[in-house]
Amino acid sequence: MSNEFNNILKKILLYFLLTIIALITIGPFLWLLSTALKSGGENIFSYPPSLIPKNPTLINFKKVWNAIAIGRFFLNSTFVALATIAINIFVSALAAYPLARMEFKFKNIIFYGILGTMMVPFQILMISIYIISVKSGMTDSYTGLILPVAVNAFGIFLLRQAFITIPIDIEEAAIIDGCNSFQIWYKVLLPLIKPSIATLAIFTFMMSWSRFMWPLIVISDPQYYTLPVGISYLSGLFSSNWRLIASGSLISIIPIIILFLFLQRYFIKGAMAGAIKG
Amino acid sequence: MKLRKTYTPYLFLVPALIFMGIFLFYPIVDVFRLSFTNYNMIQEASYVGNQNYQDLLNDPLFWKTLKNSFIYLIGVVPLLVILPIFIAILVNRKLKGIKWFRAAYYIPVVTSMVVVGIMWKWLYRGNGLLNYLLQTIGLINEPISWLTSTDYALYSVMAVTIWKGLGYYMVIYLAGLQSIPQDLYEVAQIDGANWWQKHLHITIPLLKPSILLVTILSSIAAMKVFTEVYVMTKGGPINSSKTLVFYIYEKAFENLNLGYAAAMGFVLFVIIFILSFINFKVLGQE
Repeated sequence: MSNEFNNILKKILLYFLLTIIALITIGPFLWLLSTALKSGGENIFSYPPSLIPKNPTLINFKKVWNAIAIGRFFLNSTFVALATIAINIFVSALAAYPLARMEFKFKNIIFYGILGTMMVPFQILMISIYIISVKSGMTDSYTGLILPVAVNAFGIFLLRQAFITIPIDIEEAAIIDGCNSFQIWYKVLLPLIKPSIATLAIFTFMMSWSRFMWPLIVISDPQYYTLPVGISYLSGLFSSNWRLIASGSLISIIPIIILFLFLQRYFIKGAMAGAIKG
Repeated sequence: MKLRKTYTPYLFLVPALIFMGIFLFYPIVDVFRLSFTNYNMIQEASYVGNQNYQDLLNDPLFWKTLKNSFIYLIGVVPLLVILPIFIAILVNRKLKGIKWFRAAYYIPVVTSMVVVGIMWKWLYRGNGLLNYLLQTIGLINEPISWLTSTDYALYSVMAVTIWKGLGYYMVIYLAGLQSIPQDLYEVAQIDGANWWQKHLHITIPLLKPSILLVTILSSIAAMKVFTEVYVMTKGGPINSSKTLVFYIYEKAFENLNLGYAAAMGFVLFVIIFILSFINFKVLGQE
């Protein structure tokens, strides 16, 4: 009897703790949402702050959408993310195949050379990449947003791990059937590593969607702003109109949050794989 | 396998090597070379020997930002190593709705730092929600100017970095926890160990690889902090929250003093290299 009581008490305590932490992580988002929903008649700077909007309205979302080219930033972010994913997966999957399943001269040198680049932070390389971008006319362009950050050692490493686990007989059977190396790669092996490709795609999407420093440096024409740069620009533009800043910020994160809620498993896998990359 | 032509593997590698050659291998060498020049995008670069490095030593702002970055590191890393362990232990159990709590803790991780920074700027206002809540529960008497006072700005930005990182490191620990055999806890239970003893003697030692990983990841991330500073304080007031990477950004892209920025970049590289090395040595002894 008292044991059961203890268990219930323990459960209540657990849920209490879990809820407190959830309020800490989610609370700021709710406050932003509350601000975005407040109508023009309500003082958003009142002290004590009013947590619940008195006359909730979506007008601020509409206003910010019309006041600034958020739609454009949205398309830019989407296009940049999709192109980055496509390039990253294609190039990484190609490179990962021989590194996982072939023997050739300089294999180790190439592999460790690629891995070694993970040690060097982008914040250092960007100085030189910026000069390359200026000299090749990539500033203020989609190529400038995409190409310099599209391919990295992480993607190659992740897909190499996936290729390694496929049994060798599958490949041998394909050779007997007369497939060449490219056909084996495309028709036989790629379908077998789909889960890893999905993980890499999600991981790349998340990185691309929130990338800030490089777009900030390489883009000065608002036509090419991605959402993070656009939202940062917006927050400077409407420095005291927090209704619009809050609405714009929320618009920019809704896609990634929805995607996360549906594809949690791949996000977590990507995070774990990304952690190993260091 | 013999049928394969000898050049086949290289064909597969060519696209990756072109990309990495241009945007990774070449810049590594180029930044190092730049650090010995006075390149500024306008004039041709000329070699100045180790002038940039000497200037660094005499640049008070370099030392200030370096110090800020180290304060950042010392303040952020221990909390990001310890707090997520507790959260991971808390959510590592079968409980109704636990999936939703885990998701809720991870949402800050998937949100862009720009939005996180803006959101916290709103919370940190003088008459903002945070001051109100802290006053209500009696932790502070007067509203604090979190981001506009030289005493608090750096620490307020650090708090945001910690807040955003909790979920990420929780996930890493969660994977570590799930690889610990449950029977170890059952044996400890029979031996009469309490909650603290169980975790102190079983969880922490067996979680060591994850702890090492989190220490390395969070210290490298702390040295690279930029976006939260850019969005919330722009390094101010009076450089009090300016980090090394922010200073590199200013020098390189606002003053176009790329040679000087490259020299600082090289210093940053050495620091990050040493940090990973120390972490491996100290935490990976056994």
